[in-house]
Amino acid sequence: MAAAGGERGRTSFQRRPGAGPRPSALPGTRPSLRHGQLLLSSGLPSLDCVLGGGIAVGTLLLIEEDKYGLYSNLLFKYFLTEGIVCGHDLFVASAKEHPDNILKELPAPLLDDTYRKELGDEAAVVNSEDFQDSMKIAWRYQNLPKMETSPTTYTKFGHYYDISKKMPPELCQSVKRHSFYLHEELSFEPKMKAWNMNSGYARLLQSIQRIISQEGFDGSDPQKKQRNVLRIGIQSLGSILWGDDVCCSDTPEDPHSLTKFLYVLRGLLRKSLSACIITVPSHLVQNKAIMERVTNLSDMVVGLESFIGSERETNPLYKDYHGLVHVRQIPRLNSLICDVSDTKDLAFRLKRKLFTIERLHLPPDLSDTVSRASKQDLAGSAKLLSSGCGAVAMGKKHLDF
Amino acid sequence: MKIWLLTHGQLVFLEGLKSCLDLLFGEEQQPGQPSPLQFVSSCDLRALFDFVRLSLAPCGSASWKGPVLLVDDLSVLLSLGATPVAVLDFIHYCRVSVCCQLQGNVVVLVHSSEDSEDEENELVVNSLCHHSDLILWAQGLATGFCKDVHGQVRHSPAEQDLVQIYQYKIQDRNVTFFAPGLSAAVL
Repeated sequence: MAAAGGERGRTSFQRRPGAGPRPSALPGTRPSLRHGQLLLSSGLPSLDCVLGGGIAVGTLLLIEEDKYGLYSNLLFKYFLTEGIVCGHDLFVASAKEHPDNILKELPAPLLDDTYRKELGDEAAVVNSEDFQDSMKIAWRYQNLPKMETSPTTYTKFGHYYDISKKMPPELCQSVKRHSFYLHEELSFEPKMKAWNMNSGYARLLQSIQRIISQEGFDGSDPQKKQRNVLRIGIQSLGSILWGDDVCCSDTPEDPHSLTKFLYVLRGLLRKSLSACIITVPSHLVQNKAIMERVTNLSDMVVGLESFIGSERETNPLYKDYHGLVHVRQIPRLNSLICDVSDTKDLAFRLKRKLFTIERLHLPPDLSDTVSRASKQDLAGSAKLLSSGCGAVAMGKKHLDF
Repeated sequence: MKIWLLTHGQLVFLEGLKSCLDLLFGEEQQPGQPSPLQFVSSCDLRALFDFVRLSLAPCGSASWKGPVLLVDDLSVLLSLGATPVAVLDFIHYCRVSVCCQLQGNVVVLVHSSEDSEDEENELVVNSLCHHSDLILWAQGLATGFCKDVHGQVRHSPAEQDLVQIYQYKIQDRNVTFFAPGLSAAVL
């Protein structure tokens, strides 16, 4: 028995001596704890938390634009700016404004101490109010930790940007930028006729594929020692400027162009070191079937709903926020489950310089007469609460357990 | 879109994304070998079925009984330009060659939703439900998000009116099923 016990102490695992140098990590990436893929930051740390740590390399993030495209444009710029700060290559495609103009308007990065100072100022104001009155009735709750509104990140991944300032041009020039402006492109080659796709999309795919293979993002060039990540940003895909009438007609001429484009793009992303952000004006798309297919074909889908122009703008329940965030889809890579956050009700707000995504906190309704309007509003938003699965079992709203 | 075919003791795998890229960006195909994803340009699923048929063809003396065909995700075919009738024809042909001739099984995945507005997809799903021997329908709970119960599966074999409901919770590499009311949250 003693001999067997002694043998059980030694394992058969032996470290291979001289296993070789570790491959150099790509700049601006970190491996995910859940599925081991490399993650990139989206430029907004609170969005990274919502997406389960970040955007995995090889995946596609689709942003459903808000009504006037203001906030989705901000997310688009954050993504590109993060690429510049991390040293990634950029590919910007647009049919609306010239990519060079987009790249001139990127926000400036906030240095650590200035950001902490901003946060510190706000926190100090809050703390000084709190310490004065200790709880009298709910004194048991005095020692509980404060509720975190924005999801916290514990590792240093992702940067903060100041929207009121522009990025210095020398920082912008420090990375390689490729651009695709639809109206400046040459007419498409005859080979693309066989694709049976909108010519604007076909040209964009050709351009992306050319950059990926020429610059070696798909690993085709073994000589290249320092590999880098390509960040692709496509603005307002599906809008009329791309030559697609998905946004103006219930029965578009070619309903499959957009979905085919997304499918082929995802194929290109999967086989290269790249990640892509696309903004789509989904509120303009008449045919909801196409939006369902677009959602199924993308890896991550985040919808923004701003309060501008709606009755929620003046609703006191939402006075601290500028809009809602709907996470419609998160990928499950190499695993059956994904890192989905517990909070399904998210809202965003644009503070003086920063844009954050936070848990939607409704203030308690302390008025003497509880307003009926707010109750109906809450009932409406309760229907928007999403469950973990894509399709929800409609039925009697009874408790199953 | 992926297709797995378990036959002749081997697993034949078609990765849709890769074949599509090869078709669109690769060199000119030889005329004798059309790519299985030809339908992206030509709206015809025949080449895809030919891929299945050729993989099932008996090689050598022994023929394999009981092949399994798995299709992950039929709804993508609609997004790529195939008509619903073409998709149903493709599945019908596959069922005839796999189930009727070789006594095998076909497992098909489709996306659907009760309030979906995708009529073509609903047409395909309804038709498949009519022709299937077993339907497994995974949905979220009607009451919203729950950490311990991620959803429910409705198990309904054809010919019987019995519909069984199991609730499930997904872990990293595993899914646990249990009867409604017996989740970890309650016990």
